[in-house]
Amino acid sequence: MTEKRKTPLLDELEKGPWPSFVKEIKKEAGHNPMANDVLGILERSYEEHISHWKHGGIVGVMSYGGGVIGRYCDLPEDFPNVREFHTYRVNQPSAWFYNTKSLRHLCDIWEKHGSGLTNMHGSTGDIVFLGGSTESLEPCFAELSAEKDEFPSFDLGGSGSNMRTPSCCVGPARCEWACYDTLDACYNITQSFQDELHRPFFPYKYKFKFAGCPNDCVASIARSDCSVIGTWQDEIQVDNAKVAEYDKNGTDVQTEVCDLCPTKCMAWDGKTLDIDNSNCVRCMHCINLMPKALKPGTDRGATILIGSKAPIIGGALLSSVFVPFLEMDPESDYEDLKELTEAIWDLWGEHGKNRERVGEFIQRVGLSNFLEEIGLDPVPEMVMHPRTNPYIFFDDEIFED
Amino acid sequence: MPEFERQTDIGPPHYEQFLPEVIKKNYGKWDYHEIIKPGVMMHVAESGDKLYTVRCASPRLLAITSIRKFCDIADKYCDGHLRWTSRNNVEFLITDEKNIDPLIKEVEDYGFPVGGLGAKLSNIVHTQGWVHCHSAASDASGVVKCVMDELLPYFTGKKDLPAKMRVAYACCLNMCGAVHCSDIAILGVHTRVPVIEHQDLPKMCELPNLIASCPTGAIRPATVEGVQSIEIIEEQCMYCGNCFTVCPAVKINNSETDGISIWVGGKVSNSRVPPKFSKLAVPYLPNNPPRWPEVVEAVKNIVETYAANARKHERMGEWIDRIGWPKFFELIGQDFTKYHIDDFTHAGETYTRTAQLRH
Repeated sequence: MTEKRKTPLLDELEKGPWPSFVKEIKKEAGHNPMANDVLGILERSYEEHISHWKHGGIVGVMSYGGGVIGRYCDLPEDFPNVREFHTYRVNQPSAWFYNTKSLRHLCDIWEKHGSGLTNMHGSTGDIVFLGGSTESLEPCFAELSAEKDEFPSFDLGGSGSNMRTPSCCVGPARCEWACYDTLDACYNITQSFQDELHRPFFPYKYKFKFAGCPNDCVASIARSDCSVIGTWQDEIQVDNAKVAEYDKNGTDVQTEVCDLCPTKCMAWDGKTLDIDNSNCVRCMHCINLMPKALKPGTDRGATILIGSKAPIIGGALLSSVFVPFLEMDPESDYEDLKELTEAIWDLWGEHGKNRERVGEFIQRVGLSNFLEEIGLDPVPEMVMHPRTNPYIFFDDEIFED
Repeated sequence: MPEFERQTDIGPPHYEQFLPEVIKKNYGKWDYHEIIKPGVMMHVAESGDKLYTVRCASPRLLAITSIRKFCDIADKYCDGHLRWTSRNNVEFLITDEKNIDPLIKEVEDYGFPVGGLGAKLSNIVHTQGWVHCHSAASDASGVVKCVMDELLPYFTGKKDLPAKMRVAYACCLNMCGAVHCSDIAILGVHTRVPVIEHQDLPKMCELPNLIASCPTGAIRPATVEGVQSIEIIEEQCMYCGNCFTVCPAVKINNSETDGISIWVGGKVSNSRVPPKFSKLAVPYLPNNPPRWPEVVEAVKNIVETYAANARKHERMGEWIDRIGWPKFFELIGQDFTKYHIDDFTHAGETYTRTAQLRH
């Protein structure tokens, strides 16, 4: 065991009431040389104001092109135990539900093969095992994935230019607002596209996020190439007696609910909440405020939006409407969503530039051209407003009846 | 013979085996929920069954020692069931109401505060920073720790907020934490042109990829020090670091000049107003570890100003849209600078093209 690292700067981050990541590292550093050295190299970064990690090389497990991020430090002589400090992405269960037996099993595997440090979870949703050696990769993966009598088997998630690990909100497991089964959809899509998840052959990454309602607790509209956001087509379910209870018990239904409705589609006379559902944009505000009294309608499904991403390379994008309403019946095996996805992958796969996300690709080729190639008809829900510039590419179709 | 027989392409384990009985029974049949006290919510099913959730903070970076402790607690009070949220909180799932308070005591004694539900500050989603990332312009976990030490009362509910507040942190423009739609986004920034290691470059990097990586076309091929390398047109470089991502010989990290920027007013939910991007509030603050006092002060100032001025249910962005950006900058005491004006692809859409101004 190497000597315990002196970390006067990091020790400052053990103070204060918020849980300390330094304490976390120290919980393993006493008995794990990798955790001890990561503490040491991090202290060096705090002294020098710079990262001491290098780019990943090509590392991974056999037959997979993703799932492990190679990481090496630039001070291997000083910190030999983190010479190699690779990250595993382990595909999380839908909505991050665990039982303690499986969690302990994951901890035991990670204690044996790596630093004992994790992220619960990574930004895309995976369980992140933080810091393993190249040598440890195959044995660790074998132990994770092997069929066992007592424990579930785990697989790796995505990295690189592939389908990234899909994730979803808590959905119908614990939320009255879920407009489709996000857990099932997430599991189904993940299982259906295992090859695309593990073997990078796209122009760049492609993320799915499944949100059960327009509150979008998984930030799908900002963080996924395909955002599946639950919604409904019919009328908000209203229990007027319960609306009155809210009004009596501290919620001012007029000012807090009706006045803040974005389309002003509701009126309250003290007894009845009258909603013009044809003008409701499914924003969720009224339902959020009065969950006992209001519920989404019963004709439920999802809006499919495409293309969000962070700034690199061409600037940040939010996803934009692609299919205003799609049924998400588990019985259908999500065939429509899969068909749409494969059409997008075919087109973008063939014509997308290296490291061009699908949102950037659509901006480059134009949404109209993209729709035409995918085989979707344009609908006004797709745009904030029609074009304002008259530079129109007409074709012969305009002369047809 | 290896100890374990590896399998591939099996995908994640099916979630159903991890669900508590009360969830299996009432799956898709929840009636309503309410927050019964800070950090605790009760979901009531159509059947009348109740499920209590205690949400507790986590630093995201967790030792297996802590995860095992969470397991001990979940075994004791939750029949072995717990989950994590999209913002790295831990949620303990309880069916017996009597277990709520003892559980809270135990997790808080272990150092993990309970809160973050409803019109509160939730956990700060964040990236790896110096703990594990090569392109980090600053540390992530350290800044988050310092900010949350200061803002804890907004998490636990001791101090009120007008609406939900979502703070996110990313240590460079890659934004693994996709912070760009947050009420407050804290973002590590590089501020200087990368230093090129010409002798290493041809050995480490593919020139066409490197040249194509630049969003502004600032990179062109050049023979330097006798090798086929590149040059960077300095005026066109806005320090995104994308070239460094594809080529390690183009060094973007700078211990002297890397720092932190603060962005405000974004959201992802559709409630009331559509999702919004965050916009620049503070262009640059220095990296000042271990406690980043300038960043903590700036974030605290924005939170307090918002809390004192916004109306009930108004998210940060809705509040700013109502009062206008000039007033926002005046209230937070921040000078408006040339850096606040966009100059990238969609810059023109951000210019004010009306005489509707507040005087």
